[in-house]
Amino acid sequence: MRLDFLYTAFAFFYQFADAFAFLILCAIGLAIIFGMMGIINLAHGEFIMCGAYVTVLTARRGLPLPLAMLCGALAAALIGMALERLIIRRLYGRLFDSIVATWAISLMATQATLMIMGPSTEGLQTPFGSFELGGLSFSVYRALLPWFALALLGIVYWIFMHTTYGMHARATIQNAPMAKALGINTGRIYGLTFGLGAGLAGLTGALYAPTMTTVPTMGSAFIVQSFVTVVLGGADVLLGAAPAAAILALLQAGLTTSYGQLIGQIGLLVTAIIVVRVLPKGISGWLARDAG
Amino acid sequence: MQLRRSIALLNGAQTVGTGRTFWAGFAMVVLLAALLPVVADGFVANNIAYFLVWTFMALGLSLIWGYAGILSFGQTAFFGLAGYAYAVVTINAGDAHGLTWAALLVALAVSAVTAAVLGYFMFYGGVRDVFVGIVTLSVTLVFETFMAQTAGPEWAIGSARLNGFNGMNGMPSLTVPWPGQAIVLEGAPLFWFLLGLLVIVYLGLRMLVNSRFGNVLVAIRENPTRAEMLGYDIRRYQLSVFVIGSTLAGLSGVLYTTWGSYITPSSMGLNAAALPIIWVAAGGRKDLTASLVATLVLLWISQMLAVYGSQYALVLMGAILLLAVMVAPDGFVLAIANRLSNARQRHPSRKQPTGTAEQATASIKS
Repeated sequence: MRLDFLYTAFAFFYQFADAFAFLILCAIGLAIIFGMMGIINLAHGEFIMCGAYVTVLTARRGLPLPLAMLCGALAAALIGMALERLIIRRLYGRLFDSIVATWAISLMATQATLMIMGPSTEGLQTPFGSFELGGLSFSVYRALLPWFALALLGIVYWIFMHTTYGMHARATIQNAPMAKALGINTGRIYGLTFGLGAGLAGLTGALYAPTMTTVPTMGSAFIVQSFVTVVLGGADVLLGAAPAAAILALLQAGLTTSYGQLIGQIGLLVTAIIVVRVLPKGISGWLARDAG
Repeated sequence: MQLRRSIALLNGAQTVGTGRTFWAGFAMVVLLAALLPVVADGFVANNIAYFLVWTFMALGLSLIWGYAGILSFGQTAFFGLAGYAYAVVTINAGDAHGLTWAALLVALAVSAVTAAVLGYFMFYGGVRDVFVGIVTLSVTLVFETFMAQTAGPEWAIGSARLNGFNGMNGMPSLTVPWPGQAIVLEGAPLFWFLLGLLVIVYLGLRMLVNSRFGNVLVAIRENPTRAEMLGYDIRRYQLSVFVIGSTLAGLSGVLYTTWGSYITPSSMGLNAAALPIIWVAAGGRKDLTASLVATLVLLWISQMLAVYGSQYALVLMGAILLLAVMVAPDGFVLAIANRLSNARQRHPSRKQPTGTAEQATASIKS
C-alpha cells in the first residue's frame, strides 16, 4: 500500500521532470535570442528540426550518437550565424520586420525540407532501453534528459557569467552604444548570440531525435511550449526560464496525468495568458522588481 | 448630411487612391468583375469566388496590423472558429427558413466574442507588441491541435461530428428563402454575393480608417505613449480594432466553409496562418487597397504553382515575404503605387497625402 503511493509519486515526478526537461530545452534557445536581442525567432522550431535531421542522418551513416548530436547542434548554430549575417543583421531596429522575416525563413525551411527529404524519414532507436517500477515502464533516456537540461542551464549560466563573451554580451544588452564605445564588437556579439540560440535549438532537436519521428513539420510540436515558457519567464533568460519551466511543468504534469496531453497543453497556454494579465513582465520582471 | 459626411470619409489621409482616376478605375474593375460569371465559364467564376473569400481576412489583418500596429499572427484561429461554428449550426439546423444566415451571424458572434476575451487579456494585461504575436499564434496552434484530435464519436455537437484531422464537410451553402424556389448561393449567385460584400466591406473600412477612430489608430501605431498622453485609452482602441479585424477573419472562415462545403484543422495551422501575413506584408499593410490587390494576385500565383505541389507555392510565398521585408518594407503594391503617382504628378504641391504620423495627429487635433 505504502509502496503503491511511492510508485505513484515517482510516476508523477517522472512526468514532471520530463515536462520540465522538454520546456527548458524547447525554450532556452528562443529565450537567449529574445532576451539578448528582443527578437522572437519564429524559425526556432525549424532550427530544432534541422538539429534533429542532421542527427538522424549522420547517426544512420554510422556516426556514434553523441557525435551525431553534436553535429546537429553545430549545423543549426552555423546556419543560425549565416542567417544572422545575411538577413537578421539588416533588420536591427525594425523589430516587427525581423520577426516576420524569421517566419518567412521558417516557412521556406519547412517546405524545402519536405521537398528534399520527403514527408518522413526513418528514425533512430531510443538508446538505453527502459526500466520498470511498480508495473510501469519508464524510458531511461527520457529520465536522463532532465539532468541534461539542468546541466545545460548551468553551462549557459556559466557562459554568460564567467566568460569574456558572456561579459561582453551582458554589457551589450544593458547598453549597446556604451558597450560599443568601450570597444566591444557588438555586431559580432549579436551574431554569436544568434548562433548560440540556434545551436541550442539544434541541440534540443538532436536530443529529442531518438524519441520522436523526424518530419519536416516537427518544429511546430515544440513551438507553442517554447513560446509559453518565454512569455511566462519574461525578458531575463537567466532569471526567468527555469522558474517558468518548473511552474509550467508542474501544471502540465498534473493536467496530463489527470486529463491527457492536450488539456495539459491548453492549460499551459491559458496559464500563460492569465499570468501575463497579472505580471506583464513575466516571472523575471516580477523577481527583479526591487532591483529595477 | 450624415450620409454626405460618411461618403467624404472614403477619401482621406489614411487611404491611398483618392483621385477621379482611381475611383473610375475602381468602378470599372467592379463592373468587369460583375460581368465575369456571364462571360466566363462556371469554373473561372467559382475560382475567383475562392479568391474573394480570403480578402476579408486580409482586410481585417491590414486594419489590425497595418493601421493599429498590432502584430496578430493568429487570424486563422478566428477563421477556423467561425468556419466550425457555421458548420455545427447548419448541420444541426438545416438550411430552411434562412437559418443559414442565422448560422452566419452566430459564427461571426463566436469569433467576435473570442477575440474580445483574448484581446481583453492581452491589451488590458499590458502585453507588449511582440508578445501579442506569440500569444495569438500559440492560441491558433493549440486550437488547431485541439480540432485535429476530435476524431472520435464523443466529439460531436448535436448531430455534427467534428471529425478530427479530416475536418467537417457536407454543410449547406448560404440560402436565401424565396417563395417557390430558395436561392442557394453557389456558382454565379455566390460570386455576386461575395463581390457585393467585398465592395461594402472595403468601402466601409475606408470610411472607418479615415474617420476619427482610424486617425487615433494610426496615432497609436506611430507612438502608443504619445497617443496615451493625448488622452486616448489606447487599450480600448486596440481591443475594438482587434475585434473588428478578427470578425472579418471569421467572415472569411464562414464564406470558405460555404464555398467548399468543408473546413479542416489545417486551415488554421502554421502554414495557413502565415498566408494572410504574407499577402498583407507584400502588398503594403498600411493601406487597405494595396493589401487587397496583393491578396488577389498572390492567391492567383499560389494556385498556379499549386499544380506542381503546395510546397513550391509555399516556398515562393516565404521568399516573397522575405523579399518584401528586406526590399520593400511598406509593401510592393504601395511602393509601385507611390512611384506611379509621383511620376504622374509633376507638381509636388498637389501630391496626395499618404498618411504620415504628423497628418494623423494633425487631423486628430482638428
